[in-house]
Amino acid sequence: MIRLSERAWGYVFAGPAFVLVSLIALAPIAAALWLSLRQQLPIFGIDEFVGLGNYLQLWGDDRFWAACRTTLYFTTLSVSAELLLGFGFALLLNHLSDGAGKGLRWAHVMIILPWAIPTVVSAQIWAWLYQPDYGLLNYLLVVAGLTEGAIDWLADPDWAIHAAVVMDVWKTTPFAALLLLAGLKTVPQELYAAARVDGAGAWEQFRRITLPMLMPVVVIVLVFRTMDAVRVFDAVFVLTGGGPGNSTETLSIYAYKTLFQTLQFGYGSALATAMFVLAALLSMLYLALLRRHVQGSA
Amino acid sequence: MAEVRIELIEKRIGQKTILPPLTLTVHDGEFFVLVGPSGCGKSTLLSLLAGLDQPTAGRILFDGVDVTDLEPRERDVALVFQSYALYPHMTVRENMAFPLTVVPRAKRLDRKRIEEEVERVAGFLGLSALLDRRPRELSGGQRQRVALGRALIRKPRLFLLDEPLSNLDAQLRASMRAELLRLHKELKVTTIYVTHDQTEAMTLGDRLVVLNQGRVQQIGRPHDIYAAPANLFVAGFMGYPPMNLLSARLGADSIRAGPLDLTRPPGMPPVDQAQSVTVGLRPEDLVVRPANGPGDEGNGLGVVRLTEPSGPTLWVTVELNDLNNEAFTIIGTAQAGFVPKIGERVAVSAPRTTLHLFDPTTEQRWGAG
Repeated sequence: MIRLSERAWGYVFAGPAFVLVSLIALAPIAAALWLSLRQQLPIFGIDEFVGLGNYLQLWGDDRFWAACRTTLYFTTLSVSAELLLGFGFALLLNHLSDGAGKGLRWAHVMIILPWAIPTVVSAQIWAWLYQPDYGLLNYLLVVAGLTEGAIDWLADPDWAIHAAVVMDVWKTTPFAALLLLAGLKTVPQELYAAARVDGAGAWEQFRRITLPMLMPVVVIVLVFRTMDAVRVFDAVFVLTGGGPGNSTETLSIYAYKTLFQTLQFGYGSALATAMFVLAALLSMLYLALLRRHVQGSA
Repeated sequence: MAEVRIELIEKRIGQKTILPPLTLTVHDGEFFVLVGPSGCGKSTLLSLLAGLDQPTAGRILFDGVDVTDLEPRERDVALVFQSYALYPHMTVRENMAFPLTVVPRAKRLDRKRIEEEVERVAGFLGLSALLDRRPRELSGGQRQRVALGRALIRKPRLFLLDEPLSNLDAQLRASMRAELLRLHKELKVTTIYVTHDQTEAMTLGDRLVVLNQGRVQQIGRPHDIYAAPANLFVAGFMGYPPMNLLSARLGADSIRAGPLDLTRPPGMPPVDQAQSVTVGLRPEDLVVRPANGPGDEGNGLGVVRLTEPSGPTLWVTVELNDLNNEAFTIIGTAQAGFVPKIGERVAVSAPRTTLHLFDPTTEQRWGAG
C-alpha cells in the first residue's frame, strides 16, 4: 500500500485528466504561440525565428485593426440583441409554462430549432433569404412597399455586417433564452407572492427580484456568447466570405485567410494569438463583474 | 385594523373542489387562528384573503368593503410565509424596507423616513445588529423575525401568518409564540394565523376555527372548543394526547364503554335504552392506578403498552379487554407518584363529569342540537 497524503492522491487521480487536457487544449495553444514567434512561409521555404516581429507587424497592420473593429462591432451588436431577445423569449416561455400551456412543448421545439441547425446550413439559408433577385426578404419588403427595389444586402458594405448579425441573432437567441429560462425556473414562486403582497407591481417584481436573481445566469450567457461571437467564423464566412472588400472581415476570417490562403503560418498564428488574448481579456472582465456581483449578494 | 367577513367563499380548480363554500367573520383587532390538518384548505383560504388567488365564488369584505377583486397591493394586507420568502439577494435592511420602497412614487416616504422606519421596527424586533446581513447568514428565528418585520413595517390593516413557526425548533417556537402575542397586544392589528398545530392554536388564538376538508367544524374560544368539541373530528384533533373515543352502549343510569362502566352524566337527555353512542374521554381525565387496590369494580383492567413521560404528567397507553375479549386501547394519566412499567396490570377509571358524548352516525356532539 502506497502511503500518500489525501492531497497527493488527489493529484494522482486528477493526473489522467490533466494529461488529456494538456494534449488536447494546451499543446495546440503552445504550438500556436511558438509558431507566432517564427516567420514560416513553406512555399518560399522560409522558416526562421523572428521573436516578436510578427506582433510588431500586427501593430502596424491596418487590416488587423479593421478586423478588430469589425469583430467587436459584430460581438457587441449580436450579443446584446441575443441577450435582450433571449430574455424576452425566456420570460414568455416561463409565463406560458406557469399556466396549463398545451403549446408549451411546441414552443420549446420552435425556439430551440434555429440553434439545432448547423451554422453553415443556416447561414446558407439566410444567404438565400438575402439574395437580391429571388430572396424572400427583398420580395416581402417590396410587396409591403417598404423599399423601392431590391437591396443586395450582402454586397452592400454597410448592410453586410448587419445581415450577418441578424443571422447570428436568429441562430443563437435560443441558447440565451434556454439558459435564462432555466434561471427563471430557479426563482422561487413564493418570492413573487411575497412581493405582490408587499405591494410590488409587475415592473417592480421584475426589476427588484427577477433581474438581480438572474444576474449570474446573465453573466454566463454573456461570457459564452461573447466568446463565440469574438471567434465568429462560419456565419460570416458563408454569408460574405469577409467581403465586400474587407468590410465584414472578422479576426478569425483574417486569420484563416492569412494561414490557409496565403500560407503565412507565423503571421497567421500571431493573429490567432491576438484573438485568443482578446477573448481572454473579455472573459476576465465578465468574471470580475460576476465575482463582484456574487460577493455583493453573498 | 379591519373586520374581515368571508361570505360563501369557494375555490375550485376544474372539477376539483379545493375549498367548499365557507362563511366566517373575524372581528376587528382579533387574533384569529385557522387550524386543521394538512390539506384542509387553510392555506388556500389565506391566499384568497391576501389576494394571491381568486375565489371561484363568494365575497371577501374588509370593514364591509368588498375586496374580492382587488390585487394584493390594493388590499393593504401583510403575509408571513411558512418559508419566510425573504429576498435572498437583499440585506435585512433592504428586505424590511421593500414594502415601503415599492409604493408608488407619489405616496412613497423619502429615503430618510424609510430608513428610520426600518430602524424602528428592527429595534422593536431585536434585529438592529443584523441589518446589513443577508438572509442566508441568519438563523431560523432571526429570519422569522425579519419576515415579521417586513410584514409589520407597512402597518397593514390585516396581518396573515401561514404556519410561521413550523420551521423553528420547539424552544424557539415557544418564545416566538410569546413574541407574537406581545406584538398583537401592542399593535392590535387583526391577525389571521394558520397552523396545523393544535397546541399553537390553543395558546395563541382569541378565537379559532377548526377546519377539515375545507369545512368549518367549530368556531369558538380555545377553551370552549376544548371543553365541548362539536363533533368527533374536533374531539380527536384538538388536544394532545388525542381524546379517547370509544363506542358505548347506554344503560338505565350507566354507560358501558367496553370494559369501562361510566356513570350517566346528569341532565343528559333521555334516550332509548341500548342506544349506541360514542364516548370521548380526555387522557387527562382518565386515571391509571395499580390494579390491586379495592374498588376495582366498574374500572377497566388492562395491561400497560406504552408510557410517555411529559413533564408533570405521565401518559399511559393501556390495552383493555372487555367481557367479550375485545381489545380497546386508551390513553390515560398515571396516578400521582405511580410509574407503571410496560406489561404491568393496571386499573383505569374515569370521573363522570368529564364525559363527552357523540352520536356515532352524525358524529355530532350529543344534545348539541
